[in-house]
Amino acid sequence: MTALLEVDRLTRYFGALGAVNGVTLAVERRERRAIIGPNGAGKTTLFNLITGHLAPSGGRVVFDGHPITGLPPHRVARHGLARSFQRTNLFSRLTVLENLRLAAAADGRGSYRLFGSVDRLTAPLARAREVADAVGLSERLDETVARLSYGEQRQLEVGVALATRPQLLLLDEPTAGMSPEETRRMTRLLAALGRDVTMLIIEHDMDVVFSLADRITVLHYGEVLVEGPPDAVRADARVYEVYLGTGDGA
Amino acid sequence: MTRRVLGVAAVVLAVLIFPRVAGTYPVKLLQEILIWGMFAMSLDFLMGYAGMVSFGHSAFFGVGGYVAALALVAWGPGVAAGLLLPAAAAALAALVIGFFSIRVSGVYFIMLTLAFSQMFYAVTFQVGWLGAEDGIVGVPRPRLAGVDLNGLTAFHVYVAAFALATVLVLWRIVRSPFGHVLRGIHDNEARMQAVGYAVDRYKLLAFVIAGTVAGVAGALYAQFVGSITPEAFLWRTSGEALLMVIIGGTGTLGGGLLGAAAFILLQSLVSSYTERWMLLLGLTFIVFVLFAPGGIVGALRGRIGLRA
Repeated sequence: MTALLEVDRLTRYFGALGAVNGVTLAVERRERRAIIGPNGAGKTTLFNLITGHLAPSGGRVVFDGHPITGLPPHRVARHGLARSFQRTNLFSRLTVLENLRLAAAADGRGSYRLFGSVDRLTAPLARAREVADAVGLSERLDETVARLSYGEQRQLEVGVALATRPQLLLLDEPTAGMSPEETRRMTRLLAALGRDVTMLIIEHDMDVVFSLADRITVLHYGEVLVEGPPDAVRADARVYEVYLGTGDGA
Repeated sequence: MTRRVLGVAAVVLAVLIFPRVAGTYPVKLLQEILIWGMFAMSLDFLMGYAGMVSFGHSAFFGVGGYVAALALVAWGPGVAAGLLLPAAAAALAALVIGFFSIRVSGVYFIMLTLAFSQMFYAVTFQVGWLGAEDGIVGVPRPRLAGVDLNGLTAFHVYVAAFALATVLVLWRIVRSPFGHVLRGIHDNEARMQAVGYAVDRYKLLAFVIAGTVAGVAGALYAQFVGSITPEAFLWRTSGEALLMVIIGGTGTLGGGLLGAAAFILLQSLVSSYTERWMLLLGLTFIVFVLFAPGGIVGALRGRIGLRA
């Protein structure tokens, strides 16, 4: 059985700068993989290349056996690959339930229906409630996004990605800007998600990384510096030097 | 809910019995309001719900009007010629114009839709068999199930029925799964893409729906006036619809009708006293944008909200 996500020599230049420079990695089904690295290491760019938000300069991406290199974001998403964003990216005028329902209905089944109330589309509604529960927002279903606390918005950010029933969830700094308490809450939520959702997570908070990840990939200047289980990465002198040693986020 | 149904029923009844209690001029004014209201509602559907501000909506009003005029003159007063063909032609025009226009957004979308509508204006203004600058005159009204629509009351009921149908159809679409997707696109198009929506297809379908309704409004307008001129395509036609939507309340549907009423009443009342009715219209518009950005509907809702 091949890996769920295979990234092969993926490269993206901005001018002469190789923001992502020949990155190769494979994420197995059911795995929880963290990507760490100093600011500017190319983590978010790597996500953007995988999800079709940026076109790669070279290399390829294979997901679940399908080549998805260069596909537009909505086609990548349809393959079962969902992402959350580093900067909260929600439907701000809609309620929590409506945000989740829209995402849950993104498979397009029934979305072209011109007549009949949206409330009669029961499958997305059920999924929306299920996900609201999973991200700890079941008490806040009818609140609009603007009325949520920052931490709750971040939970919804993950929820919107999760509602699409992805095989692979790409989380771009889910705890960015959170208080320690909010961070612990988010970590618990993520840890409680079923293993049927494979997870690829960019994270700066080392407590979060070490409590969630099975394996860690360290990026540095757009290249893979080290990859391995948490203990091996923690003990690696090169990692200490470029990342932990700088004091950045450690 | 029941109060709303009763309210709508009362308005429909009032519109229908209007020819019994009012003279010819007010009745014609109301018909004009209903036709422009349909046109404005179709634009509101596009900009208020799908978030696509078009400045070329006159293209579909004009196509509907011209096709109805040509077909009714050529083939006589049938429903196919008077309504179905114009609606289909407007839908086709919207499909083609939309296909190119939805690739861009914001100011570029405005400019592209404007350019397309002005192309229609330029062509109709010059092509001989389209009547050039005189347009097409002597357009007969269709016969509907044996009923002659030349009578004031018959035509009134006919126009009112279409206006009501427009309200009901658009109202249902807005609340449908498709309408919900449009709200999502309006709110955050990039995230809609990221969760898996083929956003362009939904936008194109919305554009075609709005264009088709505008085409029917244009066809009714040609039958109402008995003629159609290149003016129908002119940017001013689009601009007036835009004003009606903003005065009435963007994203409310009903605002299109109210905005059309305000616009046309203002025009007809003030223009009988002074030539400068446009000045008053401009001031009205400024007052609305500055002090009642929700339009007439928004202001009314605020009132009701305060009372409650």
